[in-house]
Amino acid sequence: MKLEELSAVELGRRIAARELSSREVTLYFLDRANRLDGELNAFIHIDSEEGLRLAESADNAISHGDVASPLAGVPVAIKDVLCTSSMPTTCGSKMLEHYQPPYTATAVKNLTRAGLVPIGKTNMDEFAMGGSTETSHFGLTRNPWAKDRTPGGSSGGAAASLAAGMVPLSIGSDTGGSVRQPAAFCGVCGIKPTYGRISRHGLVAFASSLDQVGPLAHYVEDVAAILQLLSGHDNRDSTSLKQPVPRFTAELNKSLKGIRVGVIHEHLEHEALDSEVRAAVLDGQRVLEDLGATLVDVTLPHTKYSVPTYYLVAPSEASGNLSRYDGVHFGFRSRVSAALESPLDAMIARSRSLGFGAEVRRRVMLGTFALSAGYYDAYYKKALQVRRLIANDYRAAFERVDVLLGPVTPRPAFQLGENTDDPVRMYLEDLFTVGANLAGIPAMSIPAGFTAGGLPLALHLEGPAFGESRLLNVAYQLQQAKFFNAKLAPV
Amino acid sequence: MTAIPYTTVIGLEVHVQLKTKSKLFCGCSTEFGAPPNTQVCPVCTGQPGALPVMNQRAIELALLTGMALNCRIDEVTKWDRKNYFYPDLPKGYQISQFDQPICGAGYLEFPDPDQPEKLMRVRLTRAHLEEDAGKSMHDEAAGKADSRIDLNRTGTPLLEIVSEPDLRSAQAAKAYLTELRLLLTFLGVSDCNMQEGSLRADANVNLHIEQDGRSIATPIVEIKNLNSFRAVERAISYESQRQYDLWKATGQELGRAPKQTRGWDDTAGVTQPQREKEESSDYRYFPDPDLVPIRITAAQLSAAEKALGELPSAARQRLETTHELKAYDADVIVSQGKGMVVYFDKAIEAGAPARRVSSWLQQDVLRTLNEKNLTIEKFPVTAKQLAELLIAIEAGKLDNSRAKTVFAFWLEHPKADLAMAMNELGIETVDDGVLETLCRELLEEHPQIVEQVKAGNLKGLGSLIGAAKKKNPNADPKQVRDLCQKLIMSN
Repeated sequence: MKLEELSAVELGRRIAARELSSREVTLYFLDRANRLDGELNAFIHIDSEEGLRLAESADNAISHGDVASPLAGVPVAIKDVLCTSSMPTTCGSKMLEHYQPPYTATAVKNLTRAGLVPIGKTNMDEFAMGGSTETSHFGLTRNPWAKDRTPGGSSGGAAASLAAGMVPLSIGSDTGGSVRQPAAFCGVCGIKPTYGRISRHGLVAFASSLDQVGPLAHYVEDVAAILQLLSGHDNRDSTSLKQPVPRFTAELNKSLKGIRVGVIHEHLEHEALDSEVRAAVLDGQRVLEDLGATLVDVTLPHTKYSVPTYYLVAPSEASGNLSRYDGVHFGFRSRVSAALESPLDAMIARSRSLGFGAEVRRRVMLGTFALSAGYYDAYYKKALQVRRLIANDYRAAFERVDVLLGPVTPRPAFQLGENTDDPVRMYLEDLFTVGANLAGIPAMSIPAGFTAGGLPLALHLEGPAFGESRLLNVAYQLQQAKFFNAKLAPV
Repeated sequence: MTAIPYTTVIGLEVHVQLKTKSKLFCGCSTEFGAPPNTQVCPVCTGQPGALPVMNQRAIELALLTGMALNCRIDEVTKWDRKNYFYPDLPKGYQISQFDQPICGAGYLEFPDPDQPEKLMRVRLTRAHLEEDAGKSMHDEAAGKADSRIDLNRTGTPLLEIVSEPDLRSAQAAKAYLTELRLLLTFLGVSDCNMQEGSLRADANVNLHIEQDGRSIATPIVEIKNLNSFRAVERAISYESQRQYDLWKATGQELGRAPKQTRGWDDTAGVTQPQREKEESSDYRYFPDPDLVPIRITAAQLSAAEKALGELPSAARQRLETTHELKAYDADVIVSQGKGMVVYFDKAIEAGAPARRVSSWLQQDVLRTLNEKNLTIEKFPVTAKQLAELLIAIEAGKLDNSRAKTVFAFWLEHPKADLAMAMNELGIETVDDGVLETLCRELLEEHPQIVEQVKAGNLKGLGSLIGAAKKKNPNADPKQVRDLCQKLIMSN
């Protein structure tokens, strides 16, 4: 039986019904992961021992009639940005190459409490800074659909592991598109929920006001099911939402008759938009119309400022968040020549220079500059003001429509190495995704067929704050009507 | 060359550790003196992914202090990150408050050390909350030995109380600190123990020199880490003289001398010092995205108001007006702390005359507290006992010296009441008939004294008292003297 072709919900159902054991499911996926990872490098760490231990404990609980959740016993991959006390947590960085957290992130705890089985930590751009998983200290990850192309990033390992059928579920994080863009490049679903929906406790911070944990899966119903388990208030995170968590699966089947779908002028008419990506969005529009939705033209006038705003806010916060990696308390420490005049300053400077890769150093410098004397008002403060305008654009749009439909990325997965020497070009790939992070709203990427060359295409759905149920509803209806990647990547 | 008159101008920055059970942003204990690094967790050691969660009690204590210091309290206050690298600062930034401190402008009034009947008012710029850093311990003796870091203190809540430069002498600075400490201990918000570091003061000092009809300001020097009130006084005196000598040698004025590490102020009376502007920008303050702004509610304010209780200035006033103590006496009692005022009040309530209580507190009680290194709260003689004793003196049942004997007895036998003590010590009230018989015997035994007294020389009466005490130790010296004189004269 090809377990990788089943949805996670179906796997969970069979495990709960004891048609399958968690142990055999886990062994199956561990075997696939171990076999395929040599080529793809989707994982930084695969923990067969811990995975099987958790699987057996899930089986044991189920044999006593204790089914912790619909996904109990189902294997899951965790992006290596979430702290796990049972596995190292590297953030794809030399800085944390040997770091073993003394605690486990709330999001991961919520999953293990629900009986899920983490089997490993996935590769990522260093400290989640990047859109190609090429900046990882542990080597790049390849796109299972085209191995000379990027799986996207920063959650590239998460999306690739899923697309290759190494796991049925994957957890990523999204600061400017880091779940949705790799999901789009790898032909799977990925959601960035409302800011504060999932606890950030234990999510190694890149840009605190933008970071959100987000799950990836093949099926929309799987995304809804795992989002349910991840969500909820956490008193260890002050920015965690106190709002009650709706039943995300409840509205999947709701009819789309009469819903208003916004078509973002600035996204659809953007000069950088690839024609095949644009065609996929138009196709999505037609399917939604067929399902009874009304299309409404909307405008997000500050779209052109979203990338510059993002690249001031995120690096500024990052410059502070990454100050803790100074070689003193944990992480990489450089040896210092005794001849240097201040051993302490030299130790800190060299540990950071050698422990961080080029992209991280670039962003730390950018953020440090933006917050510096005389530049704060012109850059950081101005960026916060523009951020408010961008959020207002969305607010105004959602007064007229229920969801927004558009492209996730300007183009399909690009070639490995293509943007390496041009960071600004790389940053512009985030054009359509950073808005949701700046506005704190939920957004989702779902598959939308393939290019003529066989690369996955995707649709971007954005909703108002707390509007995940509606997004999942629209996504599910699109999936049922047309857009589902029935085939796995050819690995 | 004659000395040129100058004024020393002083502003103080006082860091007070707030008496909370747990730290400002995590649940670790704030207890002093535990073995190094035993009161730490992922939050206060700055582990990747760990998030701060505010301690509500610290807010309450800060509000209480702000109210007692007559501070403006705004509806919204927020947290900012102050970025700098130091080994005892594990996150690489300190969570502090930059432009919206919990307590705004206020003032503190206290008796002027030079004219105790007058009040001195020191304006306060602000008081803000922040987390404490850890402690670095350098093995100086071993030369090249490793430095050690203790993070037990990291994250302890501090309130930084910043005064305007309103102080004009080392003595005034000491008096301000003394009053501030008294106020804070009255409120119970801090232990204010300089040895344990729960109160730390930095002084900003410069001189205003009068020459040729103009006022010349010398560069401001910040004196850090003053570990006792005496150190504050001495350091300021020294610094004044040093700055005067330096000015005479170099003529360096504020803003014109080359920049020093301790920074500079703008010309006196004008805006904020330039040094602070530059320095504060170097810290690259920005709002901490891990924490949400705090809204101070009317309910919190009224709760703080209710919890204020009687402050030292009101206690002094009450002792002077209600109990008719001299300003000096009222000040001595109040300066001992709230416990002493409570003790005083209890003694009065038990019927003791205020002035007698005042003098006994200032003499016997204070001396005993000092000798035995006790606090008034742990003093073995209760206020009620002392009152009973003083009432007996007032009623003539006991003379002062016998009362002191009882007092000393009580220190050893705190459970005994007055009757028991007097019985144990053989003290009894001598009735009038017994006293008269005693005096008549004395006069018969000392005819030469009788003659002297008749001749107008009253000195001899003194020796009769000694003789009377030998016959009956309970005889009241004043009564013996008066009765003997009366008997001689009436003969």
